[in-house]
Amino acid sequence: MSLKIHQDHSRFKEIVRGKIKANLKKYVQKGEMLGKRGKDLISIPVPFIDVPHFKYGHKEQGGVGQGEGEIGQQLAPGSVQPGAGHQAGQGEGEHALEVDVSLDELAQILGEELQLPNIERRGRERIITQKIKYTGINTTGPESLRHFKRTYKRALQRQIAMGAYDPSVPVVIPTREDRRYRSYKLQTLPETNAVILYMMDVSGSMGDEQKEIVRIESFWLDTWLRHQYKGIECRYIIHDAVAREVDRDTFFHTRESGGTMISSAYKLCKEIIKADYPAGSWNIYPFHFSDGDNWSADDTRNCVEMLRNDILPAVNQFAYGQVESPYGSGQFIKDLRESVGELDNVALSEIADKDAIYQSIKDFLGRGK
Amino acid sequence: MSPKSLTPRLQDLKTEIEGHAKDFGLDCFETVFEVLSYDELNMVAAYGGFPNRYPHWRWGMEYEQLSKGYEYGLSKIYELVINNDPCYAYLLESNAEVDQKLVMAHVFGHCDFFKNNFSFAHTNRRMIDEMANHATRVRRWVDKIGVDKVEDFIDRALSLENLIDYHSPYIRRNPDPKRAEEESKSNERVEGFKVNREYMRGFVNPREFMEEQRKKVEEQKLKAKKFPERPQRDVLLFLLEHAPLEAWEFDILAILREEAYYFAPQGQTKIMNEGWASYWHSSIMTQRALKDHEILDYADHHSGTMGTRPGALNPYKIGIELFRDIEDRWNKGRFGKEWDECDDLRARRAWDRKLGQGREKIFEVRKHYNDVTFIDTFLTPEFAIEQKLFVYGFNEKRNAWEIMDREFRKVKNKLLLQLTNFGQPIIEVVDGNHDNRSELLLAHKHDGQDLKADYARETLKNLQSLWRRPVNVITRFDGKGVMLRHDGQNQSEKKVEL
Repeated sequence: MSLKIHQDHSRFKEIVRGKIKANLKKYVQKGEMLGKRGKDLISIPVPFIDVPHFKYGHKEQGGVGQGEGEIGQQLAPGSVQPGAGHQAGQGEGEHALEVDVSLDELAQILGEELQLPNIERRGRERIITQKIKYTGINTTGPESLRHFKRTYKRALQRQIAMGAYDPSVPVVIPTREDRRYRSYKLQTLPETNAVILYMMDVSGSMGDEQKEIVRIESFWLDTWLRHQYKGIECRYIIHDAVAREVDRDTFFHTRESGGTMISSAYKLCKEIIKADYPAGSWNIYPFHFSDGDNWSADDTRNCVEMLRNDILPAVNQFAYGQVESPYGSGQFIKDLRESVGELDNVALSEIADKDAIYQSIKDFLGRGK
Repeated sequence: MSPKSLTPRLQDLKTEIEGHAKDFGLDCFETVFEVLSYDELNMVAAYGGFPNRYPHWRWGMEYEQLSKGYEYGLSKIYELVINNDPCYAYLLESNAEVDQKLVMAHVFGHCDFFKNNFSFAHTNRRMIDEMANHATRVRRWVDKIGVDKVEDFIDRALSLENLIDYHSPYIRRNPDPKRAEEESKSNERVEGFKVNREYMRGFVNPREFMEEQRKKVEEQKLKAKKFPERPQRDVLLFLLEHAPLEAWEFDILAILREEAYYFAPQGQTKIMNEGWASYWHSSIMTQRALKDHEILDYADHHSGTMGTRPGALNPYKIGIELFRDIEDRWNKGRFGKEWDECDDLRARRAWDRKLGQGREKIFEVRKHYNDVTFIDTFLTPEFAIEQKLFVYGFNEKRNAWEIMDREFRKVKNKLLLQLTNFGQPIIEVVDGNHDNRSELLLAHKHDGQDLKADYARETLKNLQSLWRRPVNVITRFDGKGVMLRHDGQNQSEKKVEL
């Protein structure tokens, strides 16, 4: 049943959405740390929306309280409610309003604000499979789906209740109302598959701050791609001089030392794609983050070659983000720009600091690949 | 919304509780209970108790908060009752029977209070219909003018909704216009002191003196031309009368003003009203309606409502205790000259004149007092100690709230200050033609507490958009006089001498 207030409620949500949109830049910098995260919902603190009044500054005001305690004793934090005593239940104050936003909606807002195009899926006819799932019991349905046990139970109950049941002659005759049928729902299986391959340089020159930038950026990339594809997989590769596949947690928290051989990561990436994600049926998104300080020119050449021959033909878009490290920014992005920068499924972006994440997301996702 | 009529069981309970209430002498409007599901109840609560309000997002915000509070199990609305004839009250469908009884008993307390307390005498008792009419009127404007414009206007006007004269239903502030006219006439001629002998005139009333007198009179005349003649607290009324509003703006502002006046007495009697209702639910339940097996649940919920936290005064608790205290004092004759002058602690403790006037007294109190006078008259030092009242304040050094004082005078003063004018700053229109440039000048009657500066600036901006010419407000920050100004584009402020 729809309530009258739903109009006001959705208007309120619209306003909140507007607020999020207006402050998106700030939120983007905070990434996944911006609020508590549930499975599909994220709760974001937005500035409390309040109608301004002429009123007393609360700290000026103080008030009268009730309870034990010596003079000078501190009140427990949070126990003082602004406007206490008069407007109970009017949650006024300076606290932020926590609103739940689904990740899907967040992605939409991100898309609108950054003007991200919808991703064109790679042309391939995927058969949309539908699966029938029996989800419940209904009072109507085709006879072939009749649920005998339930029907019998209903009939028995009814007869007992009516006093028409005779245990010595246990005949139970269901009427039309007793019949129960299985009900089903059609489920569509994911129509397209997509995989994100995150690669990150964890060599000594990548500090915590750099990693945080990567983490934040990958949160937004994740959110957007998840919005575009139902059912997306993620794989994580870290590398210094050698590469290995790790889980998400390790990916963001490992710190190795040592040199940087980017080719090792690309090689692993190539192998993973070959083994698990045949290009015909998968949309593949490798993202690589590094500070761009590769070991040698030889190795860089090796990388470019691998990109050209194996990776780029297989993927929707290859993205490389160069994070500025305390030791400066490396050469790698220039090399890539010169060699493969012209290709239209390569996205390159330099991320100087957290402020640059916003633009970088646009660089990566702005082409609708 | 589809209000379900009471089930026969609930109907029986209602009849029973209503009977008890009548027995105790409560005098209620006809009371209609409606059973609602929790989201319906949340809606009605978000609408301030009414089934229908004008469209605005803040109801949606309230609703969101209430729904979340309920879903997370943090809060639950127990009672909701509207000051209307008949009185409407709502029951939550899923509540247990003992809760329904408790709510009903509580509601009858409120209902009696609405009907009999003087603060409510001027309120519209057909407010349910009125609110629905308001909703229709605003919706019609929305259709005509467009939702964005109307909403924007409501947002701005709402920010002024507390600028009404909370006492105006009871007193005449504007003096009789005829008398004022006569007074001004008598002032017209400049006369010096009375002179018996003509030749003395020059000495009794020298020229400089006469000149001064003339100036005074002229000033007075100038003042008379000033409008409003004297500071006007009902800023909304002043805007309605003098601001260049369009028809639809006028209509909506009038609606908001009317609703603000309707809700004002509830703010002015929060402690009394809740205290009175709690007193009666407690009396009815414990003396009459409770069944043995319900006692634990009742005690649990009753104590939940009465719970106190150090940083907030629970109006239910303070109200019920104060009513009980009054009843006890008048039962035992602990009032009057003799009692006041008795210094003997032992005698005071044992004091009991067996007057038995308690019940009668509290009924009288519920009729003739509001929160301010209630606290002012009946809060005693003994009561403050017993209830462990204290003043808290913010300690800048420790950046925390802490208990400041337990002295009775300070507690009482703080409490009264909180309650005066509904806990709102008093702000008046001083001049509608400030500087002779049709600017609006407001003044904040500073009572020791500063305004919240950022809010004040925002509010001023909203006020400007209604007045259209620049607006100014004189207030005080950190002891220094400040005039805040908004001219439509820019915000400015300057120091003023007060």
